[in-house]
Amino acid sequence: MGLENTLFESLPDVVTVKLDAVVNWARKSSLWPATFGLACCAIEMMNTVSARNDLSRFGAETFRASPRQADVMIVSGRVSRKMAPVLRRIYDQMPEPKWVISMGACATSGGVFDNYAIVQGVDKIVPVDVYVPGCPPRPEMLVHAITMLQDKIMKESVKDRRDTFEAESRVSKVPGTLPVTEGTRLEKQMETEVAKGDTSRPYSIPSRHERRKSS
Amino acid sequence: MTEKLIGYVDALKTADPHWVVDVTDALGEVTVVIPREFVAEACRFLKEGHGFDMLADLTGADRGPEDDPRFEINYHLFSTRHFSRLRLKVLLSEDDAKVETVTGIWKTADWHERETFDMFGVIFDGHPDLRRILMPSDFDGFALRKDFPLRGYEPYSLN
Repeated sequence: MGLENTLFESLPDVVTVKLDAVVNWARKSSLWPATFGLACCAIEMMNTVSARNDLSRFGAETFRASPRQADVMIVSGRVSRKMAPVLRRIYDQMPEPKWVISMGACATSGGVFDNYAIVQGVDKIVPVDVYVPGCPPRPEMLVHAITMLQDKIMKESVKDRRDTFEAESRVSKVPGTLPVTEGTRLEKQMETEVAKGDTSRPYSIPSRHERRKSS
Repeated sequence: MTEKLIGYVDALKTADPHWVVDVTDALGEVTVVIPREFVAEACRFLKEGHGFDMLADLTGADRGPEDDPRFEINYHLFSTRHFSRLRLKVLLSEDDAKVETVTGIWKTADWHERETFDMFGVIFDGHPDLRRILMPSDFDGFALRKDFPLRGYEPYSLN
């Protein structure tokens, strides 16, 4: 075999790594999306998993029909007013850590449906990590969004996730409510860096989980 | 082309001359305007006496808030026996938008009437379960009325 021989020759038996690095690496390498196909974007989402685009190259091909087994919710399509509480409930049923990809113009901003029936952006209901533009986005764009999410996961810290996890556990007073805190360490660090002019605002925004109230 | 359909209109007239207010014969389709208090009777007559055993569609229309009568309810009748279609129409004013249900005649009218109520706010007297079917139960207003704002009333318009 290839990899085993090379690793054994080049590395010692024991290696020391940061916990964050190895946990995040494990998380990002097996993202299990929840199927949340709502409209025509779902066709592109299915195509993303198919042989031509092959999302399994990035470890995210295992679509699960149960939110209990899913890590990332790909909201593909317009969210109607009547679907909104259902979507929120499915999001709440997903175990931490969890991420949301808003796929397409409709999920991101309501798109062409600027009317009474459609929620004007799924970020009114759940915190969104990556927005994908397009109507519908091509499968390549969804693959790109997944890889962007993976980059973002690598920047997370296990400690940042801990608060959210405890407050959302079974003993929390209001089930399904996200706690309101000042923001993660990463977010604060980024904000100061941006304020000083050291960096520009990153392409993918850090998670807003801690800032957003429940809908 | 529409002689057969006109025959059913004549049968309606013979049964009770008050049933038929107006008849339109255009494009091979016949539309009969019926006073709202007789609509269930006329439907039952057409179903049981003339083989219109299927209610293909039941829907509403809003002619605009300045018009009186403002609403019309359309009944699209179909017969699987002699393969003909007849349209009944009931005109309703805005202040008294009520019509008798036809769920006792065709069971399928149940959801059609719920949808018409949901979209236009027309009350179907005697309906077994008249509540919204498409919009959320706490929705404000009736979405297909001409004076309904596109983004809805608050808090829905805020979204």
